[in-house]
Amino acid sequence: MSQPPLLEIRDLVIEASAGKRTAPGSGKALIDGINLTLKRGEVLGLIGESGAGKSTLGLGAMGFTRDGCRFAGGSVTFDGTELTSARPAVRRGLRSTRIAYVAQSAAASFNPAYKLIRQYAEFPVLAQGRSRREVEADAVTTYRQMKLPNPEEIGFRYPHQVSGGQLQRAMTAMAMACRPDLIIFDEPTTALDVTTQIEVLGAIRDAVRDFGTAALYITHDLAVVSQMADRIMVLRHGKLVEEAATETMLADPQEEYTRSLWAVRAFEAPAKPVPAEDVQPLVSLRKVTASYGRIGPDVLRAVSFDLHAGRTLAVVGESGSGKTTAARCAMGLLPRSGGDVLLDGVSLPPDYRKRSKAQLQQVQIIYQMADTALNPKQKIGDIIARPLKFYTGLRGRKLTARVRELMTAIDLDPDVYYHRRPGELSGGQKQRIGIARALAAEPRVVICDEVTSALDQLVAEGILRLLARLQQELGISYLFITHDIATVRAIADDVVVMQHGQVVEAGPKAQVLDNPQQDYTKSLLASVPEMDAGWLDRVLTERVAAR
Amino acid sequence: MIRQLRNVPLTAMFGILVIVSYAVIAIFAPLIAPYPETAIVGMEYLPWSEEFLLGTDSLGRDMLSRLIYGARNTLGIALATTVIAFVIGCSVALLAVTLQGWVDQLISRMVDVMMSIPTLITSLLLLMIFGTSVLNLILIIALLFSTIVFRIARAVAMGVVVMDYVEAARIRGEGLLWIMFREILPNAATPLVAEFGLRFTFVFLTISALSFLGLGVQPPLADWGAMVRENASLITFGDLTPLLPAGAIALLTLAVNFIVDWMLHMSSGLKD
Amino acid sequence: MSAVLNMILQRVFLGLLTLLVVSALVFVSVEFLPGDVAEQILGQSATPETLAALREQLGLNTPPVQRYLAWLGGILQGDFGRSVINQREITAILADRLGNTLFLAAMATLIAVPLAVGLGILAALKRNTWIDRWINIGTLTAISFPEFFVAYGLIYVFSAKLGWLPSISVVGSDTALSDRLVLTLLPALTLTLIVTAHMMRMTRASLINLLALPYVEMARLKGAAQRRVVVVHALPNAVAPIVNVIALNIAYMIAGVVIVEVVFVYPGLGQLLVDSVSKRDVTVVQAACLIFASAFILFNLVADVISILSNPRLLHRSTK
Repeated sequence: MSQPPLLEIRDLVIEASAGKRTAPGSGKALIDGINLTLKRGEVLGLIGESGAGKSTLGLGAMGFTRDGCRFAGGSVTFDGTELTSARPAVRRGLRSTRIAYVAQSAAASFNPAYKLIRQYAEFPVLAQGRSRREVEADAVTTYRQMKLPNPEEIGFRYPHQVSGGQLQRAMTAMAMACRPDLIIFDEPTTALDVTTQIEVLGAIRDAVRDFGTAALYITHDLAVVSQMADRIMVLRHGKLVEEAATETMLADPQEEYTRSLWAVRAFEAPAKPVPAEDVQPLVSLRKVTASYGRIGPDVLRAVSFDLHAGRTLAVVGESGSGKTTAARCAMGLLPRSGGDVLLDGVSLPPDYRKRSKAQLQQVQIIYQMADTALNPKQKIGDIIARPLKFYTGLRGRKLTARVRELMTAIDLDPDVYYHRRPGELSGGQKQRIGIARALAAEPRVVICDEVTSALDQLVAEGILRLLARLQQELGISYLFITHDIATVRAIADDVVVMQHGQVVEAGPKAQVLDNPQQDYTKSLLASVPEMDAGWLDRVLTERVAAR
Repeated sequence: MIRQLRNVPLTAMFGILVIVSYAVIAIFAPLIAPYPETAIVGMEYLPWSEEFLLGTDSLGRDMLSRLIYGARNTLGIALATTVIAFVIGCSVALLAVTLQGWVDQLISRMVDVMMSIPTLITSLLLLMIFGTSVLNLILIIALLFSTIVFRIARAVAMGVVVMDYVEAARIRGEGLLWIMFREILPNAATPLVAEFGLRFTFVFLTISALSFLGLGVQPPLADWGAMVRENASLITFGDLTPLLPAGAIALLTLAVNFIVDWMLHMSSGLKD
Repeated sequence: MSAVLNMILQRVFLGLLTLLVVSALVFVSVEFLPGDVAEQILGQSATPETLAALREQLGLNTPPVQRYLAWLGGILQGDFGRSVINQREITAILADRLGNTLFLAAMATLIAVPLAVGLGILAALKRNTWIDRWINIGTLTAISFPEFFVAYGLIYVFSAKLGWLPSISVVGSDTALSDRLVLTLLPALTLTLIVTAHMMRMTRASLINLLALPYVEMARLKGAAQRRVVVVHALPNAVAPIVNVIALNIAYMIAGVVIVEVVFVYPGLGQLLVDSVSKRDVTVVQAACLIFASAFILFNLVADVISILSNPRLLHRSTK
């Protein structure tokens, strides 16, 4: 032990406090006895699913707890100063200058009233007594370091004038402003598209290396953390599961839970025979054009693709690509302005209100957010029963029996859950109810709109397996809207890649994913983080070479 | 249940107690009041005594009896008005939100115009035109407040209507009534209940103000606002009696406000 | 910049349009009177001949649209017509009273706004402490009181018991400013009490919303002390919500003015309105209603414009 650690956390307990006057230890523990040591210049990855306490721990490392939380035991020692019991002024004094923070949503975390450079300069001027001019010159250097375009000029913009990926880099630059010893990165790239994420990741990693800053890197994405961290800690329910150097952790995880996280991406639905050329597709989009409002710009431009009976078509794209809009046009939620949508060769009216009950019945949808997809005031049994009653006219005992059958099919015990309400269920269970409701209508096509992206990976995998099994049993077709290539790999038979409201590339999964023809598809695929510590370097080098 | 009651803050407890006692007084007024509502039982402005506990008013009617009957009239009218305002405001709002498009636009713009004149001013104008009967009073105030209820209910329902489960019901092909009353209303009800309490206090204060101005509840009916007006001259002589009906109004409004405050606190999930 | 100008012009246009619609409503509503204005004036003593003569004199035989346009045209030139009760020029009746009401309202506003905003900020900062709790109970109590309760309560204390201030506030055009201030103090105080409580609660609520935003947490995480968080990071973004709160309270102010003027026999517009409603002096009521409504619309318009001007997202358009 040549050098004392920069940050040392011992037996830390952070709990949700029921009230100011309640005794410590009476609340629910969010962080439960965590030990952590961080050396100077070291990057430690904190990984875990939602509710694991990652963010709470990250803030706790700064001696900060959110409203309604408090330190209930243990210590946080930063370079010799114990933070949980320190005076507020001492804690404040360390922030920015010694410990800085990078939040998930840069757009919400920059003050809308001030230019970026003013927010950059705030604490270097205030806490370090440097001159404003000097700091602003310094800002330009840091912006350049973060590979921001127009580093001389970009600081003089307001936050709303800068794009998400650039804003996230500007926020990292701001964290670097006082050259702190430690930066807490709290899911800094989670809100970004993959092609944007890669540049932000590269910029963050280089800056951390160049300045020799230590970092706590919080994320739920294994592949991302394996690029960024020297060491990884796995958290679950506020407790440590396992900790090891990145290489060791990737190669040889010790705990069952960690292995299950690592193994999630292994699932792949069984391949199906390719349909003959002359078979009529179940759903066809033919040169569909659409815009929001009568005068808005076209968000879909001549989009065409086919979904065949019993197969899964994945529509892939980043935000703003038009993938969800295409699904909404197919559903009739956004009336198309041109082109045609065919179901079994028959044109569907553009507006769902003009469609017949039978047409509506054949196309059902499962939503991304299970929370808002189920009416919180209705019982699970009633939610599933409604489409049955509505479309098939089933009544009484037969109805109850069918609902129970459907609940069994989605692995939810009807005896336990029939009379519960959505609020009492977990996210994964709610998503299963959403699936059961769609199936209750006995549709031929189910549109799955990002159905797994709000779920933790283990839960998401369960949902994908369930969907694949149901497809085998019932022969239904899925139109799968997603931004996640891993999901496409797991479940799709055919793939459509979209960008800027147009189809870039389409074909069978193997062809599109393994042998892409278009530049955009190639870059999209290359941007997907891989669980291989050398991936980021490799991709960034390839990018530079391509230019 | 008992443990839940223990967690009710003192202010809300006080509120519940006050409202219950007002309700009892209003319902059993004829049994409680020592004298009839409108009978002249003595000289004018008699001081407090054993015979007339709170003295007599400007016409020689028993103050206490009128205060008790006043609970009935004042509360009954305010409650009826608020209920009507909510029925109109909420149903129109639900309809507007469910139908969207031009129906919503048209109603919203009309409400905007109605609300661009302060309520008290509009009610004065309308009362002049239609006359000051109790029925007119209830209908006019109910109509004016229904515009505010519409705005609030619309905002709440807008938050619900964007939910995916409402969209799911729409594309299932469900009818207007199912969407309005099965999908939206149950999820908008909780905030609207707190809002009901809040609006009741405003209606109550507005009607009392109008009665005080001589344009609301008309004599010889006992009404707290009007009672203040009738006996106000006593105050300048240092007699507190005319303030009692005003105090009765204040106490009830305060009680309702305490309860609403507690409900809002509970529903926002804030811990103290 | 032109986009902002565009938006402001749009708001101004909308405000004027609302005013026009409101004036039409005020005019039309009188058409619903049982009988017409002439019958109102003559009452029991009406004979067909006198009615016909009066209708001719008031121009009631011309179509309503024409009468409306004439009425509106007169108002735009400062002529509100004549009282149907005593035939006096309404503009002359209004002149003094409008000034008196504005004086009273301005005095109350000058005390109430700084007080309410200050206390609102204090309560938001000291959120969930005993100060906040007492401020909450205090303001809740104040907004629960009917205006006349507050007014008579103050009269009871300050004039009946202490004898410091007069219980009625009869001011005239020749009253000296110092006397006027003394006479207006009690009504203004009443008004202040009513409006401050409402305004303060709303200020607190909108500030608490603001303080929960991520960029405010970020300011704390950057090491800003509480005062700096509020003054530098929260307040510049609070201009629009606070201005909005003030505008919303103009409605309470107007209702308060009417009651307070009646209680204190203060010769203002509110008292005139109430008197005229009782006497069914139709034309005067129309004039007073229109003035109150215009004031309300105007203040909301100003608040809208200030909100637009204080929003950096609108002021500095995207150059992405």
